[in-house]
Amino acid sequence: MSDQLTLTPNIAGADDFYAELLTTHEGLSKADSDALNARLVLVLANHIGDRVILSQALAAAALKSEE
Amino acid sequence: MNKIFEIPLYAYERSPDQDAETPVRRKVVVVGAGPIGLGAAIDFAQQGIEVVILDDNDKVSFGSRAVCYAKRPLEILDRLGCGKPMVDKGVEWNVGKVFFDERQVYQFDLLPEDGHQFPAFINLQQYYFEEYMVNRVHELQKQGAPIEIRGRNKVLKVEEHGDHASVLVDTPEGQYALEADWLVACDGATSPIRGMLGLDFVGRVFEDNFLIADVIMDAEFPTERWFWFDPPFNKGQSALLHKQPDGVWRIDLQLGWDIDKEEEKKPENVIPRLKAMLGDDVQFELEWVSIYTFQCRRMETFRQGRVIFAGDAAHQVSPFGARGANSGLQDTDNLCWKLKLVMDGTAPESLLDSYDYERIHGADENIMNSSRSTDFITPKSDMSRVLRDAVLDLSEVHDFARPLVNSGRLSVPCTYDGSPLNSADALDGPDRTRPGSHCPDLPVGDGYLLPKLGDKFTLLTIDADAPDKIEESGITVTRLALSTKNDPSQMLKDRYLGDAESGVYLIRPDQHVAARRPSYDDNLIRAAIRRAIGKE
Repeated sequence: MSDQLTLTPNIAGADDFYAELLTTHEGLSKADSDALNARLVLVLANHIGDRVILSQALAAAALKSEE
Repeated sequence: MNKIFEIPLYAYERSPDQDAETPVRRKVVVVGAGPIGLGAAIDFAQQGIEVVILDDNDKVSFGSRAVCYAKRPLEILDRLGCGKPMVDKGVEWNVGKVFFDERQVYQFDLLPEDGHQFPAFINLQQYYFEEYMVNRVHELQKQGAPIEIRGRNKVLKVEEHGDHASVLVDTPEGQYALEADWLVACDGATSPIRGMLGLDFVGRVFEDNFLIADVIMDAEFPTERWFWFDPPFNKGQSALLHKQPDGVWRIDLQLGWDIDKEEEKKPENVIPRLKAMLGDDVQFELEWVSIYTFQCRRMETFRQGRVIFAGDAAHQVSPFGARGANSGLQDTDNLCWKLKLVMDGTAPESLLDSYDYERIHGADENIMNSSRSTDFITPKSDMSRVLRDAVLDLSEVHDFARPLVNSGRLSVPCTYDGSPLNSADALDGPDRTRPGSHCPDLPVGDGYLLPKLGDKFTLLTIDADAPDKIEESGITVTRLALSTKNDPSQMLKDRYLGDAESGVYLIRPDQHVAARRPSYDDNLIRAAIRRAIGKE
């Protein structure tokens, strides 16, 4: 497994994915949606597993450039 | 000087049909002289079918309206004899810029594929688009083609009778009755014909208003598509700037739901909005202002016996992605050859069921794409907006987020996967030319492929033997033989063969692939021809 976070387009059918993401949130209150997002982050983090990648992902999401 | 849309181009003239004792029966009556109605009528006339267009107006589109035309409709228009003047007049563009709040987050280049006769997109005012089509109608009339536009002929009543349709038409000189073997309704999103027949039109209504202001200005803006999410000059909303010919610029501003439309349309309210966007020092003149809302919906079926619907009358989409007029021309491209075969008795009437199947497939694809764009541009919930803004923030820094930014997925033709007219794919060839696909263009000799395919059934052979002409079930299929030996750019190989050594394609009159095989097989190609006309 690569030890570099993928930051180039990597989702086949990006529009399909985005539509499914919105559908998953549909009808939820803001608080429930926030909670769903938090769970989603943890589920995806567990799938990735690699601590180096996770740290890079946290920095990328914070819009910090890597050193 | 008067604008072209202020001049009657097909003024009312009395028709002998108005003085007939019993209603005259016409072969095809098209209702509506917009881009789709004109496209249908020109197609019928070119095939020698008598056609009468009834329009409640006598001028081209008032204001620029639909301004973005894609490659496939331009190819269709070329076949109809009016594609080139549109491209000559139209503005070509490839670069788009996306802004979020006060900053540009990224820019893209459509990077159109090489080897096509027509550009990926042109911008052109709808009134020019219609004017060139009306010119083509007049040209066909001079050549003796059976085509007629009746201006200020408004349909008041329509009835479907199983083997014909009848209409009651109002004119400046009173009403008259007319009959048609077939009636093609291209009367727009509010289709009175659809209403008169009591047919459904269901789907999703978007609660939003958009202001269109077309302005004439000498400005330094480049020929690019600029799209703003949440800009300082239109907080919480979106904006679009796009160039048209003659120094006309399309400006599209989202206004939200709870507004007073009549107030917002007044120049004293529009001009300050535009100054906030363009800057105080830019001089401009308003050409056309309109406020629109939209729905994404379609009819359950596009055909009611002898009445067939096409374009916005049959399906409506949001404007993001330019899928309205562009898909409507693909409707009539799909319909006209089928109707010709049915009228000639060559194909069973059930061939028209495939119009429904194929174009509903297209409409659903367009509705899905334009609904998604609308959901991105105008988020309907807090979380939808949070996710949208997250995508935009990330897109400024990370490439991966850019494909998620959706300010309109621009119109591409749909592939008729699963169509009853397709034969099973027997070639290990490129995905893009599988049965159901439209044929991608490429240079051939000193011209291009698509004009050589024309509007008749063609057997395209690539490094394969086949008869020069096949007669089957009343259809004549003519061979077009090509070879990868004359293919220095490899475009023929890349687009039609892939890893295969040779290929034989059966191509429909609308330039969609009906069947493909590695070599000619008489029985199987004949079966494919029968299937493509609804006889198998």
